[in-house]
Amino acid sequence: MEEKLKLDPASFEPLPKADDLDNEKIAAPSLTFLQDAWLRLKKNKGAVISLFILIVMFVVAFGSTFFISHDDLIRSAPQYANLPTKIPGIDINGLNGKLKVAGEWVDIYERNGVPSDVHFILGTDYLGRSLAQRIIYGTKISLIVAVAATFFDLLIGVTYGIVSGWKGGKVDTFMQRVIEVISSVPNLVIVVLMLLVLKPGMTSIICALAISSWTTMARMIRAETLSLKNQEYVLAARTLGESPHKIAWKHLVPNLSSIIIIQTMYTIPGAIFFEAFLSFIGIGISAPQTSLGVLLNDGQKSFQFLTYQMWYPAIVLCVLMISFNLLGDGLRDAFDPKTRR
Amino acid sequence: MRKYLLKRIFYMILTLFLVATLTFFLMKLMPGTPFTNQQKMTAEQIQIVNEQYGLNKPIWQQYLLYLAGMVHGDFGTSFQFSNQPVSYLIASRIGASAQLGVQAMIFGVFFGIIIGSVAAINRNTWIDTTATVLSIIGKSVPNFVLAVLLQYYIALKLGWLPVADWNGFVYTILPTIALGVGPLAETSRFVRTGMVDVLNSDYIELARAKGLSKFGIVYHHALRNSLIPLVTLIGPYTVALMTGSMVIENIFSIPGIGEQFVKSITTNDYPTIMGVTMLFSTGLVLVILLTDIIYGIIDPRIRLTGGSGE
Repeated sequence: MEEKLKLDPASFEPLPKADDLDNEKIAAPSLTFLQDAWLRLKKNKGAVISLFILIVMFVVAFGSTFFISHDDLIRSAPQYANLPTKIPGIDINGLNGKLKVAGEWVDIYERNGVPSDVHFILGTDYLGRSLAQRIIYGTKISLIVAVAATFFDLLIGVTYGIVSGWKGGKVDTFMQRVIEVISSVPNLVIVVLMLLVLKPGMTSIICALAISSWTTMARMIRAETLSLKNQEYVLAARTLGESPHKIAWKHLVPNLSSIIIIQTMYTIPGAIFFEAFLSFIGIGISAPQTSLGVLLNDGQKSFQFLTYQMWYPAIVLCVLMISFNLLGDGLRDAFDPKTRR
Repeated sequence: MRKYLLKRIFYMILTLFLVATLTFFLMKLMPGTPFTNQQKMTAEQIQIVNEQYGLNKPIWQQYLLYLAGMVHGDFGTSFQFSNQPVSYLIASRIGASAQLGVQAMIFGVFFGIIIGSVAAINRNTWIDTTATVLSIIGKSVPNFVLAVLLQYYIALKLGWLPVADWNGFVYTILPTIALGVGPLAETSRFVRTGMVDVLNSDYIELARAKGLSKFGIVYHHALRNSLIPLVTLIGPYTVALMTGSMVIENIFSIPGIGEQFVKSITTNDYPTIMGVTMLFSTGLVLVILLTDIIYGIIDPRIRLTGGSGE
């Protein structure tokens, strides 16, 4: 009982010729380095939220320049002094203009005879100035410091690192010694020295940042440049007679970009902390200008009874720092997936 | 090794010399005078005071005297507290600052190691996530904000610990925590990363195959190797603690160097500013040198002669 297997030639279908078949086809569109990093960053919830918060802060802080004039900041209104938060329409103790006085909630607005149409979302300080305005202005100062630190990191740190690594030899040794000297002087000492020459304020803080904030960046860039220098494509470019300047821009900077971005994100929180710290101990930003550090210092004095005056700037400062740190971690993971575990 | 050490010490002295020189000349450029009510003084009085403090000599002579004095540990006389030598002022205040700094460092590193290791062992669980969140918060909240909050809620509201002052160990607890949380957060992140690396290595696999207990593996094998890179953080921590001490000592009214420094800045007390500046710089330079030496000893793969980080 043998049944013959009958195969009909028609049931076969010839395969397409090898030439027609695109074996090498990649279904997904090819991504550039940045797109790839962006895709990974988008998966990190914390980083995306931080990025969003930071964008909002930037827009609000710098947008406020048109609405909050210098006069608004220094104009005192003693009749409105030390008013707590009052948001119309909300009746929760603490947000409705009431404050605990000797254990009981008292409507401070009513007690001080403030007209019923006047309200301050975040309350006022001891001179009756709107705390919300001052916090927004303080945030702007913090962000300016952040931008300045980034600027020096990029301008001085990256250039210094590339030149040091690229030149090598005696130049490199000398430049590294200079960095060693700079980084073995505590940051604070530099600021104090600056304060002695300049007035306390934004200028001396920014000068101090210009002197000291870029050393870590320069070190990392130098180390990476040393290894990139011997890569084939750089050798090829040199052999072809490309100028060092062009090699730096075309070959080194793009390949250093992940280090640059990550390191910048670590410099920024440090710089923001530094400014707040200096202003807090009274050698940073001074009146009539204000910053989060100044507000914290003012708030600290009356913390026992007017807790909101310290809490609001503290929260804003912490949110700012946490956002930069989270975004920094997210960017590190996105640009350098190896470190992610 | 000896050649390397000599070279390092030479650079150290060079650095300190540069700092001293810069401080001195910037101090001379400084606006304002150290004497209050100078307008009210007669020319004769000003001259007497200037002579008393050696301010009438030409600048180069003042500079040389200053350098010579510094080599002998003499930083001049404080302007703020008349007739008090700066070296005495520093000596009488350094104890509190050193104690606070060392305690904060120990607190931060010790708990940082524990939290970091626990997070690494329980990687990708809720414990790990909690540790990460806490360390980000610890890194982000400025120590002076934390100090004020601790002082208010724990000392004032709950009354568990003294609010301020410096009279024994209980007084040191809150400032230590406030100062040590930054290093703690940094250490725990660092240890976690290092530990995760080490736990994936072959010799840990072997230890596990031998049937060692989890604790034994972590304590005897993993911890030691993941702690080595921690040594590099001592330098940055020292800077953070020096900076932090100024504001923490102020908040908790601790009679230390940092508090004195802030006061000297606001009162234009040049000799004290210079003295403390030199003290901070010397401290940092020494710590950096020690760190490099220790690193070379505990991890022989790093050759000291090869220079740092190469």
